[in-house]
Amino acid sequence: MLQATAADQTDQNSADRPHGGPPSVSLHAERLAFDGVALFEALDVALEAGRITCLLGPSGVGKSTLLRLLAGLTEPAPGDRLTCGDGLPLAGRVAYMDQRDLLLPWLSVLDNVTIGARLRGMAADTDRAAELLERVGLAGRERDRPAALSGGMRQRVALARTLMEDRPVVLMDEPFSSLDAVTRYRLQGLAASLLKDRTVLLVTHDPNEAIRLGHNLHVMAGRPAVLDRAMTLPGAPPRDPTDPALIPVQRELMARLGLAERGG
Amino acid sequence: MTRLGSSRLARGLVTAAGLVIVWQLIVTLGGLPPYILPAPLEVALEWVERREVIVHHGLITAAEILLGLVFGTALGTISALIIAFSRPARRWLMPVLIVSQAIPVFALAPLLVLWLGYGMVSKVAMATLIIYFPVTAAFLDGLRRTEPGWLDLAKTMTDGVLTGGRQRLSILFRLRVPAALPALASGLRVAAAFAPIGAVVGEWVGSSGGLGFLMLHANGRMQTDLMFAALLTLAVFSLLLWFSLDAALRRALPWQPDTHPDEKE
Repeated sequence: MLQATAADQTDQNSADRPHGGPPSVSLHAERLAFDGVALFEALDVALEAGRITCLLGPSGVGKSTLLRLLAGLTEPAPGDRLTCGDGLPLAGRVAYMDQRDLLLPWLSVLDNVTIGARLRGMAADTDRAAELLERVGLAGRERDRPAALSGGMRQRVALARTLMEDRPVVLMDEPFSSLDAVTRYRLQGLAASLLKDRTVLLVTHDPNEAIRLGHNLHVMAGRPAVLDRAMTLPGAPPRDPTDPALIPVQRELMARLGLAERGG
Repeated sequence: MTRLGSSRLARGLVTAAGLVIVWQLIVTLGGLPPYILPAPLEVALEWVERREVIVHHGLITAAEILLGLVFGTALGTISALIIAFSRPARRWLMPVLIVSQAIPVFALAPLLVLWLGYGMVSKVAMATLIIYFPVTAAFLDGLRRTEPGWLDLAKTMTDGVLTGGRQRLSILFRLRVPAALPALASGLRVAAAFAPIGAVVGEWVGSSGGLGFLMLHANGRMQTDLMFAALLTLAVFSLLLWFSLDAALRRALPWQPDTHPDEKE
């Protein structure tokens, strides 16, 4: 529904999507070293079109670096290849959401949501921003400054800002990790419905979050790090983590993360 | 807020009264003659008697200070923006900026008077020069310290739509400048405290009007009470300038509240 309304409006990004659907994205990262130690070598990541791909793994393994390469925030090394399934460049088609809300304290909630258009020197579609704020449950808070909001509310504004960008590819770096369990659960449900039919990379520490939201799951581990074969999950997100059908998936993921109980 | 403001005012008045009492005690107990240290009352009477002269010279000095603030702030802000935006400008202007601070502005005062004359222009130039560096340095510091996450976000939002200079210009004015305003405000507070010094030093070196001129003149004739009256006028003006600027900056930047617990109501 969101997609349809977005396409009807003269949005700044619609011109970037001549083929309509979101592209698949693949990244080949040749080598990334940190202080002389190789974080990863010849690593390949593929994001299936219109699906949520989750990337799990221990801290410091290079997950965020991979996401930053995709977002164009890290200069690619020689030999790195970033390609989209539709053959168009990825730059300008990516929305980025960080673990921190990154709201600008001097702007109102509404102005924070529409900051992208203003940075591009274009008129902001405040009606759509207000509609998105309503969808994340913040109707009536448009005029507030971020300081007046709780952490969960601020992250919801950040989610609305990410969706306001209306980009076919969304890159999220532990977007809900700083929230309490209840708020996180609600926001995951909201994100799953709002991110439908976009190509999403979700970097997360949380196996439950990956199972709840992901279509494809990867675990990144080792030094230099390698990516395992994708685990493809049944059903559509947001999944109910208490669903007994997901227990084998959980067991498998725990094993891949090296968390399996021995003899259990 | 008003309660806080009035209690601050009350504290200020108590402090001022205390200083006047100490002053009177020194005069009485020290048995100092009026040409060394006049009593507070004598100074007050002198102020009332010579108020027209004091106000006339006070307005000259006030104009010099305010014009110096305006020009110094404008120059400092523009310099900081150019240095922040352009890498070649940064390489060429930063050393000039540092050197400009290495030369004591007071040493330039006689030259400024020589070049720009005994009128207001040399004093405005003096006040401008003295606040140029603090304003530039503070604003530049703020412009350099933009939260990296905000810059990342702005980059992903503008990549593929804006490129090169246009992209950096947009991010500079819509993100880095507003983010640096609290730092600029710190620079302006320093500037408001320094500008009167610049103006008065300029007047001492050579002038035909202003409170500095009046003080020098009174000093030469041993009119110490008039000197004190002029000095107090300058002090009161400087205080008013600082507090009104501080209040205006607080009002203009409400998202940057005091985080020190003592400053909270």
